Amino acid sequence: MIKVEHLVKTFGEIEAVRDISFDVAQGEIFAFLGPNGAGKTTTIKMLTTLLRPTSGKLEIDGLDPVTQQHEVRKRFGIVFQDSSTDDELTAFENLDLHGALYHVAKRTRRERADMLLKLFELWDRRNDPVKQFSGGMKRRLEIARSLLHTPKIIFLDEPTLGLDPQTRNQLWTHVKHLNETERVTVFLTTHYMEEADRVAQRIAVIDHGRIVAQGTSAELKLQTNCETLEQAFLALTGSTIREESANAGADQMRNMARMFRRPR
Amino acid sequence: MMTIYMLWLRQLKRYIRSKPRIIASLGQPLLFLFGLGFGFGPVFQKAGQGNYIQFLAPGVIAMTILFTSIFSGIELIFDRQFGFLKEMLVAPVPRLLIMIGRTLGGATVALIQGLIVLLICLAAGFRVTTFSALPMAFIYMVLIAIMFTAMGTAIASVLSDFQGFQLIMNFLVMPIFFLSGALFPLTNLPIVLNVIATIDPLSYGVDGLRASLMGVSHFGSATDLAVLSALAAVLLIIGGRLFSRIQL
Repeated sequence: MIKVEHLVKTFGEIEAVRDISFDVAQGEIFAFLGPNGAGKTTTIKMLTTLLRPTSGKLEIDGLDPVTQQHEVRKRFGIVFQDSSTDDELTAFENLDLHGALYHVAKRTRRERADMLLKLFELWDRRNDPVKQFSGGMKRRLEIARSLLHTPKIIFLDEPTLGLDPQTRNQLWTHVKHLNETERVTVFLTTHYMEEADRVAQRIAVIDHGRIVAQGTSAELKLQTNCETLEQAFLALTGSTIREESANAGADQMRNMARMFRRPR
Repeated sequence: MMTIYMLWLRQLKRYIRSKPRIIASLGQPLLFLFGLGFGFGPVFQKAGQGNYIQFLAPGVIAMTILFTSIFSGIELIFDRQFGFLKEMLVAPVPRLLIMIGRTLGGATVALIQGLIVLLICLAAGFRVTTFSALPMAFIYMVLIAIMFTAMGTAIASVLSDFQGFQLIMNFLVMPIFFLSGALFPLTNLPIVLNVIATIDPLSYGVDGLRASLMGVSHFGSATDLAVLSALAAVLLIIGGRLFSRIQL
C-alpha cells in the first residue's frame, strides 16, 4: 500500500530525511517512532503530497504522490499533529465540508457522517460548534473526518498528544476497530511507546533522518535485548535530548496557535 | 462548483455566527458618517459644495466594503494558525477553486455589510437621485468587494502570522481609504495627492458609486467600470497564484 525507496529530503544544508526505505502492506497498522526532529513529520508530508522529496521513490496504492497528486489525495485521510478543524462550524458541518471537498455524493456523505459520529460517540454533540469541544472530542472528530471519504490509508501524526490515558485508550480502540472492519491501512507516529506496542503490527524506529530498526515489537525487543519497547527505543536512539533546530519556526507557530486554542 | 459553493457557504456561516464582528465592523462607518458627516457638513456647505452627507455616503459605503473585504481575505491567516488551511490544502481539489470559493464568500460578506451601511445612510438622510441606478451601484459594490478580498487573500498568502497585519493596515489599507476621494472631492487637489488618488483603486470604486447613486462622476463611469473590472481580475489572478504557492 505504501512503498518508500531511498527517500531523501534536504532543506538547504539540513538533511531531514536521509535515504529511508520501507513498505507498509494493505490493512496493516504501521508505527513510525522517533525522537523530536527525527524526520517523522517530514516523511508524512512527503507521503501526503505536501512536500516534494529531494530524491527517492514513493508509492501510495501504486501511485506517485509527486506526479499524481489528486489521485493520491483521494486515497488517504490524514490527522495532523495539530488540530485542523474549523472551530466556528459544527461537528457535522466539518464532516460535510470535508466530504464535499473529497467529492463524496451528498447522500453517501450524510450516511458516512452519521455512522462515524455515532461510532466516535459525538452524535449527541453533532450540531454544536467545535470550539465548545474538549481536546479529546476534537481529536475524535478529526479521525472521523479523515475516514469520511472511505480512504484506503489513514495517516495519524501523533494523534494522542496531550490527551488523558482514558481518551487515548478509547481512541486506539476505535482505530483498531476501523482497521478490522474497513480494512483501512494505518500509518501512525507517536511518542507513547506502550501505544505503539499495543496497536501496531510493525514498527520502524527513525533517528536523525535514518531508519535504525524495523520489525514487530517483539523483534525490536529481541534485537536490543530489552524487556519493554521503551527500553528498546532508548537503546536504539540513545538517551540524549534532541534540539529541534530544523523546525524551530513551525514549533513556535504551533505553540502560539495552542495559546489561542485553550480548551474551555 | 461544489468546492466553490461549500467554501462560499463556510465564509457566510462564519460571518453570521460572529455577531460581535458584525456589530464591531459597523461602528467605524457609523462614526465616519455621523462624526465627519455632520461635523464637517456646515463647512462643506459654506464652501459651496452642497450637502456633505450626500457627498460622504458613497465614500463610507466603499470604506465599509474595503475594510470588510481586506479582513475577509486576511482571515486566511486565522485558517493557517488554527490549522484549517491544512485540511483545505490536502484535499483533492485545485487550489484555485479553493481560493475562488473563499474569495467569493468573503466578498459576499463585505457586500452585505456595504448594503447595511447603504440602508443606514438612507436613514440618515442620504438621497439617491434615481432608484433605477441601484443595480449599477450594486455592480460597483460587487467589484470593490471582489477586488479587495482577492488583495487580502494575496497578502495573507505570503504572511505567516499577524505580525505584519498592523503594517498592512497603516501603510496600505488606511492610505487606500483616505486618499481615494471618499472624504473629499478630487478636484483642485495638489498634484502629488492627485497622482496618488489616480492610482488608488478605491478612487474608482467611490467614483463609480457616486456616478450611479447621484449621477456625478470625476473619472466617468465607463472608466470606473473598466478599471475596477480589470483590477478585480488581476488581483484574483495574483491572489490565486500566491495561494497556490503556499507551503505548510
